[in-house]
Amino acid sequence: MALLASLRRTGGIGLKRGGLFTREIQSFSLPELSYEYSALEPVISGEIMSLHHQKHHQAYVTNYNKALEQLEEASANKNSEAIVSLQSAVKFNGGGHINHSVFWKNLAPVKEGGGEAPNGGLAKAIDTQFGSLNALIVKMNAVGAALQGSGWVWLGLNKDLKSLIVETTPNQDPLVTKGLLPLLGIDVWEHAYYLQYKNVRPDYLKNIWKVINWKYAEGVYEEAAKP
Amino acid sequence: MMTLLQKPCFIQHMPLHTSISSTKMKGAVRKTWTNLLTVAQFGLKDPPYKLDALEPYISHRSLEVHWGKHHRGYLDNLNKQIEGTTLQGYTLEELIKVTYNNGNPMPAFSNAAQLILSRDLVTLLIWIHNSLLKMIWKRHKRFGTDMETQLKDWKQVWNHDFFWECMEPGGGKECTGEILEFIERDFKSYDMFLEEFKQAAATQFGSGWVWLVVKDRKLAVEKSTNAVNPLVWGHMPLLTLDVWEHSYYLDYQNRRADYISVFMDKLVSWEAVNCRLGRVKAFVNLREPAVPYT
Repeated sequence: MALLASLRRTGGIGLKRGGLFTREIQSFSLPELSYEYSALEPVISGEIMSLHHQKHHQAYVTNYNKALEQLEEASANKNSEAIVSLQSAVKFNGGGHINHSVFWKNLAPVKEGGGEAPNGGLAKAIDTQFGSLNALIVKMNAVGAALQGSGWVWLGLNKDLKSLIVETTPNQDPLVTKGLLPLLGIDVWEHAYYLQYKNVRPDYLKNIWKVINWKYAEGVYEEAAKP
Repeated sequence: MMTLLQKPCFIQHMPLHTSISSTKMKGAVRKTWTNLLTVAQFGLKDPPYKLDALEPYISHRSLEVHWGKHHRGYLDNLNKQIEGTTLQGYTLEELIKVTYNNGNPMPAFSNAAQLILSRDLVTLLIWIHNSLLKMIWKRHKRFGTDMETQLKDWKQVWNHDFFWECMEPGGGKECTGEILEFIERDFKSYDMFLEEFKQAAATQFGSGWVWLVVKDRKLAVEKSTNAVNPLVWGHMPLLTLDVWEHSYYLDYQNRRADYISVFMDKLVSWEAVNCRLGRVKAFVNLREPAVPYT
């Protein structure tokens, strides 16, 4: 029974030179936050952070794993209809997992550097391409407020052209679908701010910059700049 | 017939700011025609019940924000944007279609057509009057896309007006009347319809709406994204459920499935749906024709 149970968690067994092997289905898990849920108050309430992480992000992870499992089975059965029809669930839930994993790292409590302006290569690039940090913030807020329905507003990097782009993605589409590397993402789904800000998304956007973790964005930018 | 007039769909709600005015247009030809146009601003229609009437299923606070902030916001933007433009005087259904632009929605569309004109006699007369003028007027008029880009809130106004009327205090009663007959014809049973409706509502990724519509003379369940409304597909809505997060987050947080169940079990007004079905039948024959086509 235990063997069967463990086999169910894997992709099955097969023969390989040297004996049997089991194929593990990749299973994703909810990443931990590096700060308490209440640590971003008063900008984002502890209630929102806990719901957002434990309910919404967890649901994406759970459904992502389920979709991957179903995809694995459909592939094994060579069921093309199933493979293709599972794509939207993979994109939505997988995208939700990717986006939120970046988002938690984009935020930091004030006492851990949240809200501190960037410096180094990224700061210079922002000044060159947008005029000033403030100009970038104003642009991102405008774009984020104008986004219809659910989605994300991003500061992305075009690695080839080395240019910074402000972009949006609908629903849970990850930024990679636009061919960009995410430096900074702001969730503008209503669940990200509704309990605290209600319909006033512009206030949420104005305030979130006080807890934005520029160190993470700098790190990604430096890494991408390496040849 | 008298009782029908008291149903939500026939309620006479004159817009709060009804006014007869001429649109200020450039060009002599336009002035001639538009001076004859009867135009009105759209007013925020009250839900057909008090804001606390749906407790404990939808809280007073939730309706206060959903109707008083979201719906009102869409409407205020709508009025601001149509004032003095060629699109003033259009019915909302026409506006939805024009700005949907066959699937390449103009920026206007997302705000468009969320306000429904009551099907009352005065509005009908205004509509006939304006339609006749517009038929002649169109040949001389060019649509400015700048106007349409501003009409973002329209659809959401229509959708919300429609949504409030889908619910009633003490709702969720057993489905009866002609709608049940058509549900059983087109979904095999009420339970199968319920399952399909709930499934569609739960799997609408992101913001959107789920609808029971008349499509190709049959009932169907559809879902739409953001503010899209089945009118643009030529389908006739009978029932809708708002699945934007703002409609359930204060009361249910992430538990959309609970909200959907509560809507169907405790809030839905089948009376309103039957009423709309009656109206749809004036436009579409849902049964086999009694007189066969030759």
